[in-house]
Amino acid sequence: MEIPYTVEAHPETGLNNGKIGIWLFLTSEVMLFGALFATFIMLRIGSDGEWAHMQAEAELNIPLATINTAVLIASSLTMVMAWASLVRGQLNKFRLFGWLTVGCGAIFLVIKYFEYTAKFAHDHFPSSNTYLAIYFTMTGLHALHVIGGMAWNAYFTGPGSKLFHTNRQWLTDRVEHSGLFWHFVDLVWIFLFPVFYLL
Amino acid sequence: MAEPVQASPAHEEHHHEQSFWRKFIFSTDHKVIGVQYSVTGLAFLFFGFCLMMIMRWQLAYPGEPIPLIGSLLGENRAPGGIMLPDFYNELGAMHGTIMVFLGVVPLAVGGFGNFVMPLQLGAPDMAFPRINMISYWCLFLGGVTMFASFFLPNGAAGNGWTSYSPLADIALNGQTAWLIGMIFLITSSLLGAVNFITTAVQLRAPGLTWMRLPFFCWAQIVTAFLLLLAFPPLEAAGVLQLMDRVAATSFFLPDGLVVGGEVLEVSGGGSPLLWQHLFWFLAHPEVYVLILPAMGIVAEVIANNSRKPLWGYRSMVYSLIFLGFMSFIVWAHHMFITGMGSVMSTFFQTTTMIISIPSVIILSALFISLWGGSIRYNTPMLFALGFLPMFGIGGLTGLPLGLSAADIPLHDTYYVIGHFHYVVAPGTLFALFAGVYYWFPKVTGRKMNEFLGKLHFWPSLVFMNGVFFPMMIQGLNGVSRRLADGGITYDFAGEVAGLNRMMSVSAWCLAVAQIPFIINFFMSIRNGEKAGRNPWNSTTLEWLAPSPAPHGNFDQAIEVTRGPYEYSVPGSDKDYAPQAEPAST
Repeated sequence: MEIPYTVEAHPETGLNNGKIGIWLFLTSEVMLFGALFATFIMLRIGSDGEWAHMQAEAELNIPLATINTAVLIASSLTMVMAWASLVRGQLNKFRLFGWLTVGCGAIFLVIKYFEYTAKFAHDHFPSSNTYLAIYFTMTGLHALHVIGGMAWNAYFTGPGSKLFHTNRQWLTDRVEHSGLFWHFVDLVWIFLFPVFYLL
Repeated sequence: MAEPVQASPAHEEHHHEQSFWRKFIFSTDHKVIGVQYSVTGLAFLFFGFCLMMIMRWQLAYPGEPIPLIGSLLGENRAPGGIMLPDFYNELGAMHGTIMVFLGVVPLAVGGFGNFVMPLQLGAPDMAFPRINMISYWCLFLGGVTMFASFFLPNGAAGNGWTSYSPLADIALNGQTAWLIGMIFLITSSLLGAVNFITTAVQLRAPGLTWMRLPFFCWAQIVTAFLLLLAFPPLEAAGVLQLMDRVAATSFFLPDGLVVGGEVLEVSGGGSPLLWQHLFWFLAHPEVYVLILPAMGIVAEVIANNSRKPLWGYRSMVYSLIFLGFMSFIVWAHHMFITGMGSVMSTFFQTTTMIISIPSVIILSALFISLWGGSIRYNTPMLFALGFLPMFGIGGLTGLPLGLSAADIPLHDTYYVIGHFHYVVAPGTLFALFAGVYYWFPKVTGRKMNEFLGKLHFWPSLVFMNGVFFPMMIQGLNGVSRRLADGGITYDFAGEVAGLNRMMSVSAWCLAVAQIPFIINFFMSIRNGEKAGRNPWNSTTLEWLAPSPAPHGNFDQAIEVTRGPYEYSVPGSDKDYAPQAEPAST
């Protein structure tokens, strides 16, 4: 059985089902990370001026995080290129940019891994203080989102790209939707980076 | 109206291709998923009710061995059949969790929403059938996790359904399992909510404009928005509490916390109030998740059985949307006794008083809808009529709790329990029963028995009030809630403490009153009176489909020509005008 408007746009809303679905999903993600940022604010206000001290003690690695920021922004760019290639019908270019996007995600995670292990080596654990606790929780949850986005993109770039030959429009839409998620994950990092490393 | 036809040959062929597993277990058909949700919800409602019945023994006869099942509960829960306070706490916490998250929500939203809404929209299925299936199985895993947590070495979570920190952070019981279970349930709700809203936006039949949408669909849409936006903060809170328990962080643990006479070895610096804010940010909208679908069901049943259009349909819809919006900014009225400050209290008292207005509009509109109708007193209508005063009592007794001056003395008493249960037990549950009786013919093709239905309704009405009304009296006399043996408050309570026995007997009688329902439910699947497509002479689109409806729902093209409740149109030869019938010239 065919569900209407899976591929073609609804004449009144001008959108297909997947587009509405992914935006709704992202609103709930905004509430998820919004609650965590609110937690950050409450912990910081309630810290009696200890916050700056805890932050200085944590010695987060700003250069590595700057590189990570650049890597994620680059991955958003390749994500758009992947989608644009599909729109033009260039399957090989799509695959190239798709894997580049997944690769950027992997680089991000590797750098994050080195950051985490460096903290652990200095006995900085989530249990050390509330600053490190919220740092590990939020960046950890963000890293899980990166892994999810990578899996999603890897599927469409790899086995899922077979759809190109039977329903190119559908594949293009799916990649657009997974791209929206990927940009959101990128955007969360754009907030996390200044909040934890720079402020 | 055409007589019911058996499934068309094409549809038969289609189904023969599917194995048993694909058709009934891992089905993507919204109707099968709706039935899965409903049956799961009903089973957990029964289970949660059983937990409460054991608690009621302890309340009525404190410290006496539980008869019949006392010896089965095990030495670590009830040595010699006498309930330990820890076990009482487990039962209390899990009764709340199961009734709210695994009973009412799966039945009201997952069950009725899934089964009825696409049919009322004239859609062939949900927008994302596979996500729909995953949503159910997430709920199932959450349910299994919650149920299995009773068998953990230290028992299930026992920190109240609210899981307040720091207690829930440091408790040795199954709180971690509770949190993992909740994450499954939240995922399930999230996937369901995305699906519901997309379906309502995209898959309405031609001509079904927003103001021609049945009120039930509006209720489901607003509910879906609440689930979508209110649950993620609880997920965040759950992750933080999980970190506190597993990774020894201190999100909700303040400095210098003393446990068992010793300072707890944690970094401290956290905020117990933070948990309450995050929790109630979900849990207040959650109350509306419990009540809005119930209002939707009642509106359908009342319009159909009073043979009259709903009075004030538009103002009801606008009230519903306003209610949904306001429910996000009233949460801290659950926290007046935390000492969060009078400025905060003032704000939340004001919003709480404002939110009562749309609820009153909806309830009044439903009452006025009865005026001048030719009412049919069938079982669904009886339950819907029962809902109105019961929800009225529940709502009005909530007003004093919305004002901090009155809330502070009442907050930790049975008054709060009485108020809340009037809203959800004889309120929501009656509406859900109305829905079961009303849509049963669409699911099975057969009606439920009317005599057994009435035998279910009248005793239920009496005993529901027998359970919950005395709570108000006890609460006003200062009897504390949450205590396994009443503590010192029983001494002060004097005679009203004796009401506990009346309430407990009412609860057990209420259980007996459900037997006709259970018999009726299973008997009617095979032996009920055969129902055609439209047994209630109803107007909305679900009654246009065959009963039971095949995969893909409709066997004809649908073009909606009129509003949802055109009953008793003057000059018409019958007293109802189905939504998809061509307008007569």
